[in-house]
Amino acid sequence: MTNASFSELRLESVGRSFGEQEALAGLDLTIRSGEFIALLGPSGCGKSTALNCLAGLLPLTAGSIWMDSRRIDTLPPEKRGFGMVFQNYALFPHLTVRKNIDFGLQMRHLPKADVARRSTEAVRLVHLEEHAGKLPGQLSGGQQQRVAIARAVVLEPSLVLMDEPLSNLDAKLRLEMRTEIRRLHQSLGLTTVYVTHDQEEALSMADRLVVLRAGRVQQIGTPAELHTQPVNWHVADFMGFRNLFPATVVNGGRGVLGDEVVVDVDGLRLVGAAAAPITVGEKAAVGIRPEDLQIIAPNDPGTTAGNVIRAKVSVVEYQGREFAVEVRTATGIRLHLRTPIRLDAGDVVDLRVPAERLLVFPGGNDLPVEEAPLGETASADGRLLREAS
Amino acid sequence: MSTASRPMARVGKPTGPLLRHRLADRGINARLLLLVPGLVFIVMLFVYPFLYGLTLSFQPMDGGGPFDSYRRFFEDSFQSSTIWKTLKLAIPSALFNVLASVPIAYRLRGKFRGKRFLTTVLVIPITLGTVLTAEGLLNFLGPAGWFNRALMSAGVINEPLPLINNYWGVFFSIVISGFPFAFLLILSYLSGIDPSLERAASTLGADWKERFRRITLPLLAPGLATTFCLTFVLAFSVFPSAILVGDPTNTTRVISIAAYQAAIEQYDWSFASAIAMIMGVIEIAVIGLVQLWRSQFYVGSTGGKGA
Amino acid sequence: MSTTLTRGGPATGRTPGAEPSRRRRVVATPGAWLVWGAVGIFLVTLLGVVGSVLVNSFGTQWFDSWMPNGYTLQWYSEAWSEYGLLAVIITTLEVAVAVVALSVILGVPASYVLARQKFPGKKIVYLLFLLPIMMPPITYGIPLATVLYKFHLAGNISGVILANLVPCVPFVIMTMTPFIEQIDPSIEHAARMSGARTWSVFTRILAPLLLPGILASSILVLVRTVGMFELTFLTAGPDSNTLVVALFNSMNAAGIRAQQTVDSMAVIYMSVMMILLVVALRFVNPTQLVSQVKEEQTD
Repeated sequence: MTNASFSELRLESVGRSFGEQEALAGLDLTIRSGEFIALLGPSGCGKSTALNCLAGLLPLTAGSIWMDSRRIDTLPPEKRGFGMVFQNYALFPHLTVRKNIDFGLQMRHLPKADVARRSTEAVRLVHLEEHAGKLPGQLSGGQQQRVAIARAVVLEPSLVLMDEPLSNLDAKLRLEMRTEIRRLHQSLGLTTVYVTHDQEEALSMADRLVVLRAGRVQQIGTPAELHTQPVNWHVADFMGFRNLFPATVVNGGRGVLGDEVVVDVDGLRLVGAAAAPITVGEKAAVGIRPEDLQIIAPNDPGTTAGNVIRAKVSVVEYQGREFAVEVRTATGIRLHLRTPIRLDAGDVVDLRVPAERLLVFPGGNDLPVEEAPLGETASADGRLLREAS
Repeated sequence: MSTASRPMARVGKPTGPLLRHRLADRGINARLLLLVPGLVFIVMLFVYPFLYGLTLSFQPMDGGGPFDSYRRFFEDSFQSSTIWKTLKLAIPSALFNVLASVPIAYRLRGKFRGKRFLTTVLVIPITLGTVLTAEGLLNFLGPAGWFNRALMSAGVINEPLPLINNYWGVFFSIVISGFPFAFLLILSYLSGIDPSLERAASTLGADWKERFRRITLPLLAPGLATTFCLTFVLAFSVFPSAILVGDPTNTTRVISIAAYQAAIEQYDWSFASAIAMIMGVIEIAVIGLVQLWRSQFYVGSTGGKGA
Repeated sequence: MSTTLTRGGPATGRTPGAEPSRRRRVVATPGAWLVWGAVGIFLVTLLGVVGSVLVNSFGTQWFDSWMPNGYTLQWYSEAWSEYGLLAVIITTLEVAVAVVALSVILGVPASYVLARQKFPGKKIVYLLFLLPIMMPPITYGIPLATVLYKFHLAGNISGVILANLVPCVPFVIMTMTPFIEQIDPSIEHAARMSGARTWSVFTRILAPLLLPGILASSILVLVRTVGMFELTFLTAGPDSNTLVVALFNSMNAAGIRAQQTVDSMAVIYMSVMMILLVVALRFVNPTQLVSQVKEEQTD
């Protein structure tokens, strides 16, 4: 009586608009059986909309969803046979843990014995044997989370949908549950679509990631692909390229991907790799991860080898094994780096970045304009403005 | 790896959204059927009678032009003076109820022992209703009642004060049932204002007067307007107490008495409906004025619970 | 709590309204005296109003003295038989129960829609449901009575029930809408994702969650209906008077009967209301009787 599994679930140009506003547009995605897919993006990017469309909780305004050869986007949620874990768990507050898990089985009119057997199994799977008779309000956040997962997987759904299930947990519990969900996925082989805004979570759990921004897919790929080869600066921003600044391509751009290009940043020449086809004269965005910026000694022979940026330290944060440092160049670009070397505000450092680690993305015009941080004047002298009291 | 910032050419024919989905998108779906019973009820027993009364008011019982009932009302000073008599009662008493409630509710907005008891006691006159209040006032404020007796034995007065069967009897009756209502409403509005706003103002150096005037009062203003409207409506339609503790043939012959007499005593439903419509118009006019005043204030979240 | 913060601040620590010193100063400041004095006067008046009715109903003769000359229960038996109070109380309860049941049945589904979804014309529908609460009963009561008499529905108990439903259905809607709004819609979504159809979502999930709200608003409707004078007065016939109308009629015909029988009837009415009130307060916050705003539980 469980749902027929599928070999392929296809989303074809799925779109959803609210009035004039497009929350999601042109989503094409094929989910293979057993896959763990993460939908990743900042809040308001359309990832939850996509999940609700898939669940049937939101009707589509464009496109269609196919389960093998069956069209399912016209079915109401209760007939799709999917399981869902909600961000706030959405446990039935008036039912005990056990009855919460029983509910879906009862809705399928399974024999009593089957309901009991399967819910016992599910309770054991999430280690809640001792709490089975409690109401959700008597459980901790992590335990509620487990009930929500058990309630969804007990139906052996053909697809499990998870809507930021870990966002309400504290940092330590989040790490534990992350492993737990991954383990559950591996042991039960349930096809999963997982929505999150946490790139680390997505990278560590998913087989494939879908990065969304403003309702549109930016990139679909494996964690490794996204981590090393983001296709545009938006994805890069999400993948940890904290240093992003505008530049102009001055040499080498032959419109080929991975090409070595030279860019000009306010008079400074830097060599990097094109993340997407780009040509000379084009406006570009330069992206560097903080960990790829190395501090070099002033008289290091590397200083003359190029790709060196001179900057003044403005903020130093102690972070255990290393320091997170913010520096500013003479032209006012703010850079972030990590270093084990102790620095003080006001120190002048030379930074080098390997050419293959400096990614050049087309279209730097829409980079956000940096705002002057709190307590600092915009005069770029790196000195904190003291309050005059 | 695929970039989808540019549209992809799809194979196969495009599938537009279903009509059902498009309607659902605009909020039209089967769930709206749940609204039908309640709506039908209101239309049949509120809207229809109202419109029926409106048309009836244009068809005077003893013939004549469509506006005759209204003309009759305004030309007969015995009838038209009821408007002023009612307003003279309703506006001061509603204002009194609201203005007296504000400082008391402001003072009592925090937690203190017996708050639940106090609010419970204040609910009593609301539930007792105007008829019982009237009976009690007749006994209590009457010439031989405890109130006059206490004042006389204290030597404050020699003759009993005339407090019933006149304007003041009705006024007191409105205050007794209206003040708790206004107080509890304002108290719930006040507790709807986040207390940390006042604390924030005090860290910025505002004393309690400034805090009240510049933070609490502006945030409370919409609540005050609503409270005034509700207490005004209560006072404007004062009926049983105007008959029982008032002077129903003269100074407290309020408009609802006029309407009642037309309907129940003279069976002139056209004239009664006309008076009811006049009542409605006056109420809407006063409420409209108050809302106009209210619209000058900030409306929105007050950061706290409730209200 | 914020003592350390405000004590150092300029001009705050010593003012009468300042939080930190409130506990100590409630008794001391003139403002507090004024406020508690006003509350006191009001409560004494209230006590006098209620008490004089109560005392008079038990008194034999009470003219020029503080208290009656003697005490008796005869007024109660007189009132009971003369006004046919048993029948009146039964009518009152019949009306109240019918109004509660019908207004819940009509109101709750509508409030669900208003709480959960947007639709074209929602504002108009909302206004339509708000108007009968905002308008004083006598304004719409007269046209309503006209219509009910036209269809021969007034002058008997069905007319009284129908007329009382007019403010009560909207009242249920207005109290239930915020209650439903605070139930997370994702709980319903979760039920659907577990395979529940609309009917099961309503019976298995929503109904148990809504029960406290329905109970609270039923009790409020009950109190309102028993206390509703105008609408009942306009539509009741001789056999369908409720307690409050019977009380008004007996008062309005004063002089025919001893004042004490009227008072004893008032006490009976008061007792009915008090019982309802005590029951009501077990389930709802006092302010809810007034404001229809569902307050969070803070105390």
